[in-house]
This record gives sequence, C-alpha cells and structure tokens, in this order.
Amino acid sequence: MSLAKKYLSVLGLTVLALLAAPAARAQQVRVVKLPALQQLLQRPSDTTYVVNFWATWCKPCIEELPHFEQLRARQAAKPVQVVLVSLDFASKLDTKVRPFVQKQGLKSKVWLLSEPDQNAYIDAIDPKWSGALPFTLVYNNRRQHRQRFEQPLTLAELEAAVRAVQAP
Amino acid sequence: MKKSLLALLTLLAAVFTVSTAFRPAEGGYQVGDKVADFKLRNVDGKLVSLAGNAAAKGYIVVFTCNTCPYAKAYEDRIMALHQKFAAQGYPVVAINPNDPQVAPGDSYADMQKRAKEKKYAFPYLLDETQDVARAYGATRTPHVYLLQRSGSDFKVAYIGAIDNNTEDAKAATQHYVEDAVAQLQAGKPVQTSSTKAIGCTIKWKKKA
Repeated sequence: MSLAKKYLSVLGLTVLALLAAPAARAQQVRVVKLPALQQLLQRPSDTTYVVNFWATWCKPCIEELPHFEQLRARQAAKPVQVVLVSLDFASKLDTKVRPFVQKQGLKSKVWLLSEPDQNAYIDAIDPKWSGALPFTLVYNNRRQHRQRFEQPLTLAELEAAVRAVQAP
Repeated sequence: MKKSLLALLTLLAAVFTVSTAFRPAEGGYQVGDKVADFKLRNVDGKLVSLAGNAAAKGYIVVFTCNTCPYAKAYEDRIMALHQKFAAQGYPVVAINPNDPQVAPGDSYADMQKRAKEKKYAFPYLLDETQDVARAYGATRTPHVYLLQRSGSDFKVAYIGAIDNNTEDAKAATQHYVEDAVAQLQAGKPVQTSSTKAIGCTIKWKKKA
C-alpha cells in the first residue's frame, strides 16, 4: 500500500467516524409488545409522562416531533419523561424507523409497538382514541391526571398539558 | 304555583338547548343512527347523493384520500369491496374529506387523476366543506361507515376498519366490512358493529 493510499484510507475512516458521531448519540429503538406499553401507561410514580404515538409515514407527526424534543430538553432536570411510540410496521424497523431516528438524532426514548391488530390495541391504550395519528397522552398517575390529544401539538400546548397534569 | 313550575321547566329547556347547541362537533353518527343525505361532487363532475341510487340496499361509505399511506394500503381492498358487493346492492362511495390547502395531493384534480389511473368503478367524492365528514364523525382515513337502507332512509350498520391487517391483506384474520355486509344480506344483526384502526387524521381546514 502506498503512502498516499494509506492517507486516503485513514481520511476515509475519519470521515466515516465523523458521520457516525451524531448518529451514535441518537436513541436506539426499543421494540415492544402491548403489555410493556400498558405498564408504562399505568406506572404509579410521581413522574409526568408524555407519550406520543407517531409514524414515519405521518406528515403532521413528523412536523410536531421537534416539539417533543424541545420539551424533553427543557424538562430534563424535572421528573418528566418523553416516549415516542412509533406505530410503523415492525417490518419497517430497519428500513424506515431506525434510519429516521438516526438522521433526526432523536434524543427522546423511541419505542416501536409491534402489534398487528390495531382494533385490539387502540382501546387498550386509550378507549377515547379513534386511532388517528398523531395521538399524545400526557399523564401523572400519582396525581391521577391524564390529558389526551388526537391532533398535532405546539410546544406551548405540550408545556401547558405538562403543567396541568402536575397540579396536585 | 303551576305558573312558576312552567317557568322553571321553560328555563330548564332553554338551558338544555343552549348546552347541547354548544357541544363540540365531535361524536358524529353511531351505529343505528339515520344519516342525512348529502350532495357531493364526483370526479366526473356530477353531483352524487345516497338517494340517487334507488337499487342500493345500502352503501359502503369510505372516507379516504390520495395521500395517506394507510388509505393507499387499503385502496385495492376498497376497489375489491366494490367489485364484490356493488352487484349485491352495496356499492362503495368513497369520500375525500381532506383540505387540499393542508394536504396538497388531495385536490379535486388529483382525485380525478387517481380515479382515472386506478379506474375506480365507484364514485370518489369531494367533501369540500368537510360537513359530511363532520356529520359522520369521521376522524381518519380510511374510515368506513356501512349503511343499510331503511325505507327511503339509510342507517349506520357498521363503523370502523376494513379488516384487521393493514400491512398484509392476506394475513388479515377478520374481514369486518365483508362480514357485516354478509350478515345484513342474511337478515342478521352485524356482530362486530364497530372497530378501531390506525389512520391519518383528516386534514381539517385551518381556522381563519
């Protein structure tokens, strides 16, 4: 191997490493079944959960994702947890969901609900949800407050919902 | 005494009227409800209403659109429903409720293009004011309302999904709409009269 080639390969590796760096900080996607999700929705702690249901194919969902990321960053020191639950098909995990999460560098927790029978799981998540995306639950089970939104939300609306469910 | 009682009742009636009048538009038709007829423009330029087809025993009304990936996933199945059931008296009526300002690609011209490309054998109507979607209580695409004739009216017999597997039609184990039509044809009540499904939110007009 000539010196020039060596330099080139080192340069190539460096570029690769640089490209991979922001991706490495993004969240891994956790694939879950309904019981794990229900456990999250019923967790009795004095933590405020913001659970957003989205999909890579859902345009209004993609447009509001930055609001959840901003909320997570602003509430990082407080007992507030943001979980983004993708309803993409499990078969799209490697082709769509993971690349999207990496590319966007999402810092919030990302789950993928791997359940094919929508009629079975929608009511189990929330009986008042029709199934339209995006859908967001903001709740604090210790304080017994829960709000649901079957529409895209602004950061201000999200923060207002968090304040509301944190009320004693 | 009688007069004051009457006054109280009148007041209560007034309060009740006011409170129901200000109820939000959510809800819409439930199974068993009689639907109001509509007059919507089809992709061929003609106006279509439920009363227009005297031979219909019912309709498979589907709120759908060009752009939603879940509506697209069901497009062939919607066409197959019409293929199978139109001759039996239950044709498909597809309605696009999306505001093209919010969802470019769902304009009337785009609807015409799609219907032509796929050779839709059923009407594909534009719900320009979104009044029909609101009256039905549709929230997403695709969203099915199976109607059954009752004299000159139509009643809702089933609300919900087409089947229970969006990704893979062949893997579906429940065919809600097909089963419901078959049960109506057999003079039986619809066993599963409402289901839920994931879909795209209807793109409502932005408030001015």
